[in-house]
Amino acid sequence: MKIRATQAIMECLLEQEVDTVFGYPGGTILNLYDELYNYQDKIRHILTAHEQGASHAADGYARATGKVGVCFATSGPGATNLTTGIATAMMDSSPVVFITCNVSEPLLGKDSFQEVDITGIAMPITKATYLVRRAQDIPGIMRQAFAVAATGRPGPVLIDFLKNVTDPKELVDYEFIPWTENRTWGSVRELSEVHGLKAPEPDHGDVDILAKMIDESQRPLLICGGGVVRGRADAEFRTLAEKLDCPVAITLMGGGGFPGSHPLCSGMVGMHGSHASNKAVHDCDLLIAVGCRFSDRVALNPKTFAQNAKIVHIDIDRAEIDKNVLTDHHIVGNAKRVLELLNQRVGQYHHEEWKQSILPLRQPQTPEDEEKLTPKQVLETIRRMAPQDTIVATDVGQHQMWSIQYFHFDYPGQLLTSGGFGTMGFGLGAAIGAKCAHPERVVVHTTGDGCFRMNCHELATVEHYGLPIITVVFNNGTLGMVRQWQNLIYHKRFSQTTLDRGPDFVKLAEAYGLKGRRVTNRQEMEQAMAEALSCGCGYVIDAVLDMDEMVRPMVPGGADITSFLLK
Amino acid sequence: MTNTIAVLVENRAGVLDRVVGLFSRRAFNIESLAVGVTDDPTVSRITIVVNGDEAVVEQVEKQLNKLIDVIKVRTLEANRYTGRELVLVKVNANTRTRADIMTICELMGARVSDISTNSLTLELSDTPERIETFEAMLRPFSILELARTGVIALQKGNGKI
Repeated sequence: MKIRATQAIMECLLEQEVDTVFGYPGGTILNLYDELYNYQDKIRHILTAHEQGASHAADGYARATGKVGVCFATSGPGATNLTTGIATAMMDSSPVVFITCNVSEPLLGKDSFQEVDITGIAMPITKATYLVRRAQDIPGIMRQAFAVAATGRPGPVLIDFLKNVTDPKELVDYEFIPWTENRTWGSVRELSEVHGLKAPEPDHGDVDILAKMIDESQRPLLICGGGVVRGRADAEFRTLAEKLDCPVAITLMGGGGFPGSHPLCSGMVGMHGSHASNKAVHDCDLLIAVGCRFSDRVALNPKTFAQNAKIVHIDIDRAEIDKNVLTDHHIVGNAKRVLELLNQRVGQYHHEEWKQSILPLRQPQTPEDEEKLTPKQVLETIRRMAPQDTIVATDVGQHQMWSIQYFHFDYPGQLLTSGGFGTMGFGLGAAIGAKCAHPERVVVHTTGDGCFRMNCHELATVEHYGLPIITVVFNNGTLGMVRQWQNLIYHKRFSQTTLDRGPDFVKLAEAYGLKGRRVTNRQEMEQAMAEALSCGCGYVIDAVLDMDEMVRPMVPGGADITSFLLK
Repeated sequence: MTNTIAVLVENRAGVLDRVVGLFSRRAFNIESLAVGVTDDPTVSRITIVVNGDEAVVEQVEKQLNKLIDVIKVRTLEANRYTGRELVLVKVNANTRTRADIMTICELMGARVSDISTNSLTLELSDTPERIETFEAMLRPFSILELARTGVIALQKGNGKI
């Protein structure tokens, strides 16, 4: 069947069961948006205030649902505005297909208006990029792009269509193939033969070896990484943890992979990890890391990391094995399948003594009764008042660490945070994406005054689409995390971190047609939270905090994991 | 330690960019890189000589494998492959020195590809070690210009990558 090229793009999106797209139109992508007009009853388009917001929203949507997110932008500045969002998705292995359009073939390479080599720019921050120069390639490339984004270790893909390819007069052969089948077709099949788009079946012998290692271990430790979340392997992971009856440390990206309130959970591991988790890494004799890449924020000093233990690495990406930390054993495969096989092979263990040496070190989580508002009070209030399945999107910095330390995440996709890239301004976009995906759930966006100022214009999107997102600004009038480093390491030389400036966030919320309230103590915080939960529109809580609050504990970069700079 | 890696890639625009970009991005040192189309016009073969220990080479291989345009990657075992490089060298030569240079050429199996009153342009295809010897022998005559292609390599025997 011959259809318009742009129609083929839309049909390919429908093939992949895409129903929501985030984006921003412009000159070169006009043809695509014109076609979208015909498809508006099938594909919902969320128009953000800025392309970066759209990129984070598509990413947040992907993280919250486990599906592939989709984001549109025009050429030139539209495309470059996506790059921070693309890199954020890449570092956290989030599957997003970014679609941009470029100038027409005759203008390509002539430094034409709004022309930029976005496939070149995006090369190091994507799994793959495609420049589409012929309309007939559309179905093959669209299918391949979605397959590459979603399979193996997920990640972003960028497709750049030349404007002439999307011309309404361009017709292409198109036949509907559901996505579950189209991986056996054409270019996708060829790719699959070479690159095995399905996750590799774990080596059963390797799993047997791990089962034996577990049996020989007295002090095993499990690390729940982002792979458990991306691979939706939470049930299998929990079964294993309970069979092993051992402490479970969670990485930043692993939040939601294992219930934070589970009695075996020892808290976050790494730079701002709990005493319990970091001590467990040091003391254990077997460390099993599932879907974690031993980043420099976890394995601060790769040479001394878990030096008393045998390290076992389970990961879908072969290139992660022995990249940062040398391991004693590894299994390549997707977390769900590996853990399934492992669970068949291990029995019930009891490690009472080992648990007792670790788990009591987890900080008791009782709200303090202080006159002035503390981050802990803010978070305890949210935790107490919001439903347990509340989705939390964070920005980056102190509030991010506090949010992860104090909230308990129960399921994959409940915590949306930029772990690898550390993108300030990620949270609001991600919250928008998550709320579009799960309108029935409460979405809380925690942010700092520095982060919020970066992308607060997305409040316009929150208002327009009637998304009752609760933004909580941890307003300490400073770039808190940077100030913390200046405080501890740079001799209190607070160079360019004090944010003694506007805007008034409550007035800002009101200017965008939303509600807001400034809170300075626990009672006010409770009242604001109650109002936010019931008002039915976007709400900004401006929580005024002390400038010198610090994230504790803290281990400096590159140090041994138990060398705490702050207790 | 140098290692020779053979890579088969899709013969498409931007693929070389992607492969080379990977090296600079991950701070792997390339000693030489040679690329050309294979017997299958849709496939190119890239031969890369990298400097680094076993861990570096292992990472290079794994990261290359992740690129979707890469079809196959293989680190060639030392002494189990034939590696050749082409050098073109323009050397100062006049009636007094020409005969001496020609003796070196004969000994090394090099050919004269161009001649002028004051220079000789020579070509030699050989292993990198012998090319270095050749270069060292010519240096006293003053080398005006030199270009090397980088190594291309095939496994010995019936083996294919």
